[in-house]
Amino acid sequence: MKSLEKSKKRRTIGIYAFFAIGSIIMIFPFVWMFLTSFKTVAESMQIPPDILPKSWSLDSFKDALNSLPFAALYKNTILLIFWRVVCAVVFSSMAGYAFAKLKFKGKELLFGIVLVQMMLPSQIFIIPQYQMLAKVGLTNTVFALVFPGIVSAFGTFFLRQAYMGIPDEISEAAYLDGCNQWQTFTKVMVPLTTSSMSALAIFTAVFAYGDLMWPLIANTDLNMMTLSSGLATLRGQFSTNFPVLMAGSLLAMIPMIILYLIFQKQLIEGVAMTGGK
Amino acid sequence: MKKKKNRLAKSESMWGYILVAPTIIGLLVLNFYPFIDTLKLSFAKTLPFGLYKMQGIDNYVKMFSDPEFWKATWNTIYFCILTVPLGIFLALVVAIMLNAKIKGRTAFRAIFFLPMIVAPAAVAMVWKWMFNTEYGIINTIIGHNVNWVTDPKIIMITCAIVAIWSAIGYDAVLLLSGLQNISKSYYEAASLDGATKLQQFFHITLPMVSPTLFVVMITRLMASLKVYDLIYMIVEEANPVINDAQSLMYLFYRESFIAGNKGLGSAIVIWTVLLIGIVTIVQFWGQKKWVNYEV
Repeated sequence: MKSLEKSKKRRTIGIYAFFAIGSIIMIFPFVWMFLTSFKTVAESMQIPPDILPKSWSLDSFKDALNSLPFAALYKNTILLIFWRVVCAVVFSSMAGYAFAKLKFKGKELLFGIVLVQMMLPSQIFIIPQYQMLAKVGLTNTVFALVFPGIVSAFGTFFLRQAYMGIPDEISEAAYLDGCNQWQTFTKVMVPLTTSSMSALAIFTAVFAYGDLMWPLIANTDLNMMTLSSGLATLRGQFSTNFPVLMAGSLLAMIPMIILYLIFQKQLIEGVAMTGGK
Repeated sequence: MKKKKNRLAKSESMWGYILVAPTIIGLLVLNFYPFIDTLKLSFAKTLPFGLYKMQGIDNYVKMFSDPEFWKATWNTIYFCILTVPLGIFLALVVAIMLNAKIKGRTAFRAIFFLPMIVAPAAVAMVWKWMFNTEYGIINTIIGHNVNWVTDPKIIMITCAIVAIWSAIGYDAVLLLSGLQNISKSYYEAASLDGATKLQQFFHITLPMVSPTLFVVMITRLMASLKVYDLIYMIVEEANPVINDAQSLMYLFYRESFIAGNKGLGSAIVIWTVLLIGIVTIVQFWGQKKWVNYEV
């Protein structure tokens, strides 16, 4: 019995050792980015490198702030995320509920359109989407950023699953209590899917923030870029000035990291729930 | 009674149409029409001022006779070979470790998941700095001057390392939820029968988690076939190794929006969709051999 306990203890130590090494590998790039952003260019090119910056210089942050309109980038990114999340949650809730709970002619065919869109990669739509916007002169706007995500096939599919999990008796009871269709949907059904809706919101937000190709194409005016596409521009300007690139990256990711520190549980579970997309 | 029921059904189907209308109209305008248009564009020649004229299969002929295109196709497949099996194996190891009853596992889960929530553009930038030949910390640590981002033979491995590092936590969290669904009683019974840990892994864990493993593999494979952002950020267009690193989606972006050749760009994206389709069909066909759906 004693040897069993001993082997259990050894296993626990092994697991902790694994996580210690793993954590270093996962966190070190962020630490190195942080430290580099406070170094001078000369210091960053020192061989062998110092771990800590000598003077904690803020010059790189000044350079990054001078060459990129960060206030505008934050604003555009926040608006992009806000509208994408609102549109995805509202429209997908409506459609998801109808597809799960209501009977109407042509339902299967219409849901087929949703499924086909989900299976096609978004790049196949990009050129015509861009041309539509260009034709009416709407490139370089917040609307252009939001445009491809106004409706969400994945969101519709995901919330349909959530509504299918709700027993029919609940809507029947609401109906007997005198609710009409709209009231049954908004007052009774919607509140029952809050965890799925917040998972969809988180998923939508994370992907809108990380998306690179569409913002690069739709908005080429520096003041209308997102944090991601702005960083790509910074890369072009300061190809070898790594402290500035690190300062820019740090500025771009800091709000998300703070949100993550507060809401990490909800974030991870939300993404895990939407899994496989 | 019948009349009332009829009216009810009518109002139900009316609400059905009202509620799906925004999504369906949106999908028709934003996806259905663009899909047809991309198909059409791939058979057309791009003219100035957003015009084009139909010209048959010229774009496809040009694409299939272009060595840069075949190189990009191979780069994309090579990227999948480098990232998918190793990435999923490592994610499974992390998931198994996270499934152990130890203190601090939520913190470790959060640490591995971290790259998922920061923009790939920022992640790629940091790694590019660490992989820098002269001043990068990685070469300092290993004590060799490896040309991580300028050697045509190594660049794809560099991109693969960044991709695996980025995705491991996400895949591990998905696999973890699969592992947590396995009933403890299987392991208890196996222990009583004297099965070793390794036997338990191959005869209980692996078969039971295989449906989740399959979903993760399909998603990872699809995402890898569409890879663009990481490679775009690590290998800028002026980098001489661009031909050895650019994926199909990178080539698509350059051809359509930098060179302005939207016809050829459309042909490339149609080809990529076909490639993804073929790979997915092969996967679904192959899963019968290893995915276990019986509980």
